[in-house]
Amino acid sequence: MNSELDHAPRVLDSLQVGCDVHSVANTTESIEIFGESYLNRVFSFRERAECVGHAVTERLTGRFAAKEAVLKAMRVPAGIAIPWPTIEVLADEVGAPVVHLSGAAADFASRAGIGRIEVSLSHDGGFALAFAVAVPTASLQERAA
Amino acid sequence: MTTTDTVDTLQVLHTVLDTHAKLAVPAASLDLDADLHGAGMSSHASVNVMLALEDALGIEFPDELLNKETFSTTASIFAALQSLQAGE
Repeated sequence: MNSELDHAPRVLDSLQVGCDVHSVANTTESIEIFGESYLNRVFSFRERAECVGHAVTERLTGRFAAKEAVLKAMRVPAGIAIPWPTIEVLADEVGAPVVHLSGAAADFASRAGIGRIEVSLSHDGGFALAFAVAVPTASLQERAA
Repeated sequence: MTTTDTVDTLQVLHTVLDTHAKLAVPAASLDLDADLHGAGMSSHASVNVMLALEDALGIEFPDELLNKETFSTTASIFAALQSLQAGE
């Protein structure tokens, strides 16, 4: 059940997508009940540093949805542990979300032939929606040649 | 671990699942091998289940156990709890 074969990633040979929707109410509930324990287990220091000031919980909710969308796009097998903070969703210089992988997430992506992951987020009506695309390390054109 | 400890741990697990997993039915009514995600537990809810178990039992789930397989069934969570309580 836990054989190496079960946990071996399928090497990416095309674009893979993942999406997720997450409610702000659920994030609020988790923060109220578990506080710092929840925040530290799910978000990196850099993510928390970016989510300050206005609409903090909404922004954290968007990042959680993005992390889940990234996991789905990566097709992570059930037996592989990817701690949430190793999938960071940060803002670039114009505020667009960018995915930064480290630790177990980066190791899995490397073995799975994932070169980068693009992500898009949206918020409305108490929910956050995220959409992620995993892009192969080698371009599709290179593989076709 | 004694039989009493085992029963207590399972009761704690059922209580935590009922409180945090957002299952459609009581946890004790599910087969131990029933798919918790199929019964309504989201990935986010499984984070709450993990944190509640840590608080209730004074344990800490190491990173290597933080995967979907660990939180897939009552039996799989229980097995993880037993290994943590045994100090493995």
